[in-house]
Formats: sequence, structure tokens, C-alpha cells
Amino acid sequence: MYISHLWEWQCLCCCINLVPLSPPSLPPSLPPSGIIAKELSSLEQEIQELRASGTTLSSEPEFEMADIMYFCRRGMESIVDDEVTKRFSAQELESWNLLTRSNYNARHISLRLSVLWGLGLFIRYGFLLPLRVTLAASGIGLLVVLTTIVGFLPSGWLRTYLSEKIHLMSYRICVRSLTAIITYHNRYCRPTKCICVANHTTPIDVIILANDGCYSMVGQIHGGLIGVVQRAMVKSSPHIWFERSEVKDRHLVAKRLSNHVADKTKHPILIFPEGTCINNTSVMMFKKGSFEIGCTVYPVAIKYDPRFGDAFWNSSKFGMVNYLLRMMSSWAVVCSVWYLPPMSREEGEDAVQFANRVKAAIATQGGLVDLLWDGGLKRGKVKNTFKEEQQKLYSKVIYWIGSLKVISITMNYSETM
Amino acid sequence: MGSTNSTLSRIPNVEELMQETGFTPAHIVRLYDRFEALDKEKTGHLRPQDFGAINRLAMNPIGDRIIGSFFSTGQETVDFHSFVRILAHFRPADKNRPKDPSMPQPVNSRTSKLKFAFQLYDQDKDGKISRAELLQVLRSMLEMQVTEEQLESIADRTIQEADLDKDDAISFEEFRKSLEKVNIDHKMSIRFLR
Repeated sequence: MYISHLWEWQCLCCCINLVPLSPPSLPPSLPPSGIIAKELSSLEQEIQELRASGTTLSSEPEFEMADIMYFCRRGMESIVDDEVTKRFSAQELESWNLLTRSNYNARHISLRLSVLWGLGLFIRYGFLLPLRVTLAASGIGLLVVLTTIVGFLPSGWLRTYLSEKIHLMSYRICVRSLTAIITYHNRYCRPTKCICVANHTTPIDVIILANDGCYSMVGQIHGGLIGVVQRAMVKSSPHIWFERSEVKDRHLVAKRLSNHVADKTKHPILIFPEGTCINNTSVMMFKKGSFEIGCTVYPVAIKYDPRFGDAFWNSSKFGMVNYLLRMMSSWAVVCSVWYLPPMSREEGEDAVQFANRVKAAIATQGGLVDLLWDGGLKRGKVKNTFKEEQQKLYSKVIYWIGSLKVISITMNYSETM
Repeated sequence: MGSTNSTLSRIPNVEELMQETGFTPAHIVRLYDRFEALDKEKTGHLRPQDFGAINRLAMNPIGDRIIGSFFSTGQETVDFHSFVRILAHFRPADKNRPKDPSMPQPVNSRTSKLKFAFQLYDQDKDGKISRAELLQVLRSMLEMQVTEEQLESIADRTIQEADLDKDDAISFEEFRKSLEKVNIDHKMSIRFLR
């Protein structure tokens, strides 16, 4: 039994030397968020520090009464501020951008600032907003009318060509209506077929991407204005809209997606695997459905600049119309889009691993934190396996510390011989 | 503008709370927003389930004990004042405080933090950590990773080392003595920003 412990701590030592133990640190471009300064040290480091003056000698696991303090502190930290809940509310800014909605600690600072703010308010609501609403209305109107007209043409080269032009034109108008200043990077990697996946922050993501190329959308049929637009769009080019009842049937969904992908003449499908809007500081778990189809995946990373306006749609706080009004009365929507090289599923990799690989690539490119949590945690609970992992890690550490002490004592002894 | 003041005015007895805990108005406002975010049903009180919804806490091996520490015996809900009072234990100690033994200990002193940690072990609040209580904590922290015999031997050894008056339990003084070399202020403090 001692031998197995020895082997285990040797492996741990090698791993610890080769691989940094601390969790991935935030890229320097992200402002500090949250109300507490979190220690980025790991369980191993902290438990070791608690052992500063250990004197016991045994090969048994080294438990100390003070170990509970590590878990207690981490628990309290998560009560005050935790990684997941934070992602579902808007990102906080270091310095104020003259939009009251972005200011958490709004209080009177100076008269000059208030005057500037008032001026900004007048410009945004009195001048920019009406202009933008008019543009948006014309954009959507044109889309609906023209796609319906083109829908009457027989299927063929002309129809496809016209529908592409119409879609692009309407999206460009809509983009102008939001004053979206988009920088596209690596346009040579732009998706032209198969599946395109991107991180999801807001429904505007669709317009941002469709501004630069034609995609087939996937989604649920809605009622109201959106339903009208959806039905019009599908008349002239193939999109995949599901009835509410069909959404639950995963096989049906997968089948329709594969059929679409198999047809080479159709545009790439645009999918947001997170399943819900996240606040653009991190990427959450990708649902594996779209990665099971077996097609090449073109990842795209979208990062909004929060200084000009917060693009995140907090669906529990605002409805769609409210959200669009807020968007149109912000300064602008400034974002960067990175097209990443296509990725395919490798041999021996299952859908989940593939999804994680794609997610990591998107997170790295966009400077976002790569979280393993599920976006569905907005509403659900965590599984027990995570707690077991913590326990496993702790038990490894206390065994390792115990064994390490014995080895050092033995070595000292043999040196003195 | 001035939402800090408007939030503060919504909290009853906020002056007293700040005096007692040493939190600044900005901290109180942040904590109040956090309290409201956790209180999904908007009842003004938190129940154990509201804490349970925090994922990192659910993942913590002693998560249940930590949640339990907020609720005093018999209480089923915790209001904002109690919430802040418990969290005040984790404020970093004030370095410049004069050491006056006649004054009551502030809630974030080294002794208070030790008491808090002690209470995590001593669930029946009899002032001693019995072998059974120690075993319970060990079980939560290690569960299926070690055998029952190993847990018992760890518990025996720990009691042997710390128990000075040989009553097979660890009193608060013995606990304090065994942790005298540990930097409690560092380990049991949360640095609040702004």
C-alpha cells in the first residue's frame, strides 16, 4: 500500500512540475469584476501553506484541523460572488461611459459630468434613436416585402442570387440602424458550407454575422412580428424553423440539420451551441447536438466592446422590444468578429470532447473565460460529480503531503549515514 | 443618480449595522444587491434552498455546514442583518485596533474567526469537538476517497495531538492552541473591493 502511495505522489510531483497548478488566469484585457478579490491559488497551494510548521511524521494522510478554513473561505466567497451567477447579468465597467444603465454605483460626482450626461441623453434619445428606428423599420420592411416577391420566382440560379442580395442588403440596413461598427478578422476563414458555431450574447449576433455572408438560420417559429419575418425569409431561401412541438424531438432536429448540410448548394447553418445568452465575458458549455452531425465546424468568436453600450440581452430583465430600444439608444455597438479555421472531429474523439475543443478555441480567440458550466444553470442545479472531484483532490493532497514528509525524513536519514 | 443612497435608505437600521460590522456603505449596498439576487422569491429572507442554488457552494464538501452557520438554532430564514453579520467575520482584521481586553472583541478579530471555524466542527454547540463530530467533518471532506478505518485513524491522531486535558474531545482553548501558528487572518478573510 505504501508503494502505491509512493507511485502516486511521484506522478503528482511530475505533473505538478510540468503543469501549473493554478486555475487559468483571466486575460489581462478583462477589467476586474465582482465585489471581492479572489485568490487564484489552488487547493494544493493553500493546504500546503496551512502546513507551514508541521512536525508529525507518518505515511498516513496528513489532516490538519485548519484545513476546514480553506473550504470555509471558498464557500463564503461563492456566497458573496460566484462565477456563474455573474455571467447572467451585465458586465461592470471600470470607468463610466455616460450611460446610467451601465453605472452600478450611480451617484452624483460633479456638475460637469451631469451636464455631459444630460447632453448625451439628448443626443441619444432625441437624435439617434428616431433615426435608427426609421432605418430599422425600413430594413425589416424591405426584407419582408422583397423576399416575398422573390419567393414567387421559380427555383433556380436567379432566385438564389436575388435572395442573397436582398438578405445582405437588409442586414446591412439593420446593422446601420444599430450603428454597429464591426471588425471582421480572418475573412479568408469565413464559413461557406456546413455548420458555423459562435458564442451567444444577444439576438443581434445573427445580424452581425449575416451582414458579412449568407447563413441559414435555425430556430423556433415565433408569433408576432418575428414570425412574419421568419415566414418571409423562408420563402426565398432555405432556413430551418421548427414548430414548438418539434424542438423536443432531438432526432428530428438532427435529421433536418443533416439533410440541410448534405445539400452542397445550401448556405452554412448558423448555430449557437450555448443555448442561451451569456454576458460576453465567458463561454459556457456547448451542447453537443450540433457536433454530432459529423460535419466540419467553422467556429466564430464575437466580442462586444462594452464601453459603447452593453449588448447582452438579459431575458429575465427585459423583453425584446425594451432590449432593442436600449440598443438603439446606446452610443453604438462595437464588436469584433474572428473567423477561426474549420475544425473536424478527430479519431477517437466524442461529440462532447469535440465541443469542448471548439469552445476553447473560441474562448482563446475572443479573450473570454472558458467555463465548463452549463448555460442551463441559469435555471438548474449542479451535479454531484463536481463535489466528488473536490473531495478527490483534497484526499490526494493530504496523502501527498504525508508521503512527501516521510520521503524527506528518509532522505535526510540516509544522508547522515 | 445617487442610487447608493437610495439603496441604503431602503435598509432598516443600516447605521447600526455598519457600526457593528465595520462595512462601508458601498460594501453594504453590494451585499444588499447580492442578497436580493439570492432572494429569488423576494420575501426579504433567505432560506437554505436559496443558498443551495449557488453552484460553487453546492460543490463545496462542507457546503451544508456553511449554509447552516447562517441560520441560528431554530431559525428557518435569515434576514439581511444576520446575513451581513455572519459575512462580517470574514472582513480582514483591522491592523490599527488598540488591544483593549475590556472592550468586546470585534466580529472580525482573530478570536472571532477561530470561534467561527470551531463552530463549523462543533455542530451541537456544547463547546467541545467530540470524536464523532470530527469524524463527521472528515467524512464530508473525504467521503468515498478513504475507508472508514482510515477516517477513524485520522480522527484518533488529530485528537491525540490536540487534546491536552485528555478528555477525548477538543475544547475551544485546545483548538486555538493547535492553530496558533496558522495565519488565521489571511486564511479566513475575504478582501472586499471598493
